[in-house]
Parts: sequence; structure tokens; C-alpha cells
Amino acid sequence: MWLIDSSIGRKVVMSVTGAALILFLTFHMAMNCVALISGDAYNVICEFLGANWYAQVGTYGLAILMALHFVYAFILTIQNRRARGSERYAVTERPKSVEWASQNMLVLGIIVLVGLLVHLANFWSKMQLQELIHGTNFVAGQNGPTDGAFLIQYTFSQWYFVLIYTVWLAAIWFHLSHGFWSMFQTVGWSGTKWQRRWQVIGNIYVTLVILGFLSVVYFYFFKSLC
Amino acid sequence: MEKNISFKLKVWRQRGPKEKGQFKVYEMKDIPTDTSFLEMLDILNEQLINAGEEPVVFDHDCREGICGMCSLYINGHPHGPATGATTCQLYMRRFKDGETITVEPWRSAGFPVIRDLMVDRRAYDKIMQAGGYVSINTGGVPDANAIPISKEKADLAMDAASCIGCGACVAACKNGSAMLFVSAKVSQLALLPQGQVEAAHRAKAMLSKMDELGFGNCTNTRACEAECPKCISISNIARLNREFIAAKLSD
Repeated sequence: MWLIDSSIGRKVVMSVTGAALILFLTFHMAMNCVALISGDAYNVICEFLGANWYAQVGTYGLAILMALHFVYAFILTIQNRRARGSERYAVTERPKSVEWASQNMLVLGIIVLVGLLVHLANFWSKMQLQELIHGTNFVAGQNGPTDGAFLIQYTFSQWYFVLIYTVWLAAIWFHLSHGFWSMFQTVGWSGTKWQRRWQVIGNIYVTLVILGFLSVVYFYFFKSLC
Repeated sequence: MEKNISFKLKVWRQRGPKEKGQFKVYEMKDIPTDTSFLEMLDILNEQLINAGEEPVVFDHDCREGICGMCSLYINGHPHGPATGATTCQLYMRRFKDGETITVEPWRSAGFPVIRDLMVDRRAYDKIMQAGGYVSINTGGVPDANAIPISKEKADLAMDAASCIGCGACVAACKNGSAMLFVSAKVSQLALLPQGQVEAAHRAKAMLSKMDELGFGNCTNTRACEAECPKCISISNIARLNREFIAAKLSD
């Protein structure tokens, strides 16, 4: 099976799963931005998704994508370290055209994963999980499993969560600043002209997505201060 | 302008493939700056031989940047600090008086050290033998205008063909991947009509040989492109990816 036993095949898996995860982030960001306008409107979206079958299918799909992306990342890293040989260079210097993020994708990925666990504990475990297990482990003041607006306001009124989410989103930005154009390069949709174009398009796109997420975090943080 | 510099040379010494290597420091005195790097190593070896020591082993041949034999990882760069140049085209005017210059062999599982700074790059020959050719009985020589090729394509194929197979891409890559080399060798033929007949087989055979020989997976860091003495572009890697994926999908 070429997606497992060829180097390009393994990279295609990273590319396609990565692309799906970027699309997910885009939708997630769009939904979050509704909370900037109205908490009630945001809760309507939470109710619409909840633990309905399509939301469950989406969640399991995402879990599989994440797992694939992560398992492949470790396999690739182990193989690549082995390919580097047993002796390391005494002196190394990074050429100017090499982005820092491109050589630290695994480290950034691990930061993203840790942030994800915090995020799941903050929101998913109080929302969809409670609905699935018919639990009532809510935060004091939370009005049922689909009261996402309350959880946003509750989480981002605590300064340390604002800090954690900022670091997390910055790590995602660095990860995607390389990942975006890299996924087009891997599937072969690139060349001398398109490589630069994808890099510019990627930087703009990823910056907008991350700014979307950050705007919700800081909107609720400053609202809690007032 | 010519002047003389003195510097410390930190060189990797390793007696054989299985033996443990270590750095040895040599003092180089009053080397003219218009000496090439390899000539400077010749001077060092002369001194070592006169002192009754073993000379430093390193690869070199044409000394004009076309054969791909010279290697050397100098101060953190394959082929040294100059861009678009091989080690033999590097001159001592690039270095400062009193500097320490670190010289290492290519370090990669695909290129094991033979001795000192010389590595075994036969893996590249094996990849070429796997499919880096066109096997057509051409018969008589056809007229040059019988197969029209656009200038753009011809230029791209020529750019890819300028790869000298020195291995700097593998040496520069944090993953020890030979993708830039394989992609150049696939591209130089895939871009031309004569090469397209066997394009699918070539991409698959050369890539699987690369994987088999212990080279790593490309993660698009672009270090290869930055360090390549012939400035081979990573757009060739995109082309190889395209060729390979298309070949697999049409299996």
C-alpha cells in the first residue's frame, strides 16, 4: 500500500489530513465569531450541533484525522532521524530561506496537542460529552450542555486561560504557516510560481483564521474586565 | 585583494567506516586568500606527510564545479558558505583571520563515511540504475525539428539536468532525504517527450529505491534548495510528487 510504504505516500497522508484539519479550523473560527455578535445566537449553533448524529460523525471523523496526522508525524520523525545517521553535525546553520517552523513541526504539533487537551477539558467535556453520557457535570452557572456562550465568557474571564490560548493559537499559526503551502507542494500542486503564491496565500489565510479565534478570546477577556 | 590569513582547521578524522571518529585541530599559517579550499587542504596534507602523519582523506576530481565529487560540510554548510558553488569553487577569501573552520563529512545514513571526509555516495548510482534513463532503440538520428519542444520546457529540463549528484541536498536535509536529487533526475526526463514514455515507471522505481536505501521523507524545509551548488529548485520535488501520485493512481 503506497500510502504506508512509500515516502511520498506517507507525506500525502500528512497533507490530506492536514488540509481537512485546516478546513475544520476555518468552520470552527466562523462559528466562534458569531459569539462576538450575540451569545444567544452562538447558543443556537451549539444546540444545532450538540450531540446530533451529524455532529457525532464530525467529531469521530476529526478524531480519526487527528490520530492519523499524529501517528504519521511520529513515524516520519523517527524514520527521518534514523536517515540522518548516528553522528550529528558539530556545526549547523539554518539558511535564510528555511523557515524556523518548517524544521520544528513536531515540537509545534505537540504544543498544539497539549493545547487541544486543555481546550477539550474546557469545552467539549462540559458540552457534547455531557449530552452523550447524559451527565450533569456542568460549571456553576452553565445552563445545560449547549450553553457554549456561558463557557466562553467563563473561561476567558480567567487571565491564565487567555494566556494559554494565546500561546496555543500562536503555535497553530507557526505550524500552519509552513503546513499550508507544504500540503500543496506534497500533492504536487506547486511549481516555481505557485510555491511563492501558496506561501503568501497561506500566510494571509492562516493569519485571518488565528485572528478570528483570538478576537473572541480577547473580546470576552476585556468584557470581563469592564 | 590578496593577503595571508592564519586560522584553526577543525577536521573530522575517522580511520574507517566502523571506527569511532573525532575532530582534530590543525593550525594553518599564512595561507593566501586566493588559495582554493581544496588547495588549502592539499597544503595541510603536504605538511602532515612531511611530519610523518596520515594525510586527510577527501573526495575531489575536476576542481571546476562540474563533476560532483567534492563534498565537505564547512562551518554548517554543505560546500561551505558560498551559494551556488561547490567546495572546489570556494576560496579562502571567504574566511577571516583567526577564525576556526570546522570541516565535516556529509552525515547521513545513506552516505556512510569511508574515511575522514570521504563518504560512500554509491547510493545515488543505485537510484540512477533503478530508472534514471531512457531505454529506447533510437535507430537513425531523427531531425532536430521532428519533435518540437517549447523553449520553456527545454530550459526547465536543462536546469534539472544541471544536478551534478554531489549529495549536498542529503547533507543539508535534516531528514537525510534525497528528494531534490531524485526529483531533478526524474524531471530532466519527464519534461521531455522522449522521457514521458517511461515516466510512470521511472518515478516509482527511483523513489522506491531511494526509500529502500535509507534516505528520509521530505518535509519541505527547503534546506536542499538553499544549499544546492547548482541551485536546483524544489519545484522539481513538486513535479516528482505529481508524477509519483499520478503513477500510483493509474496503477
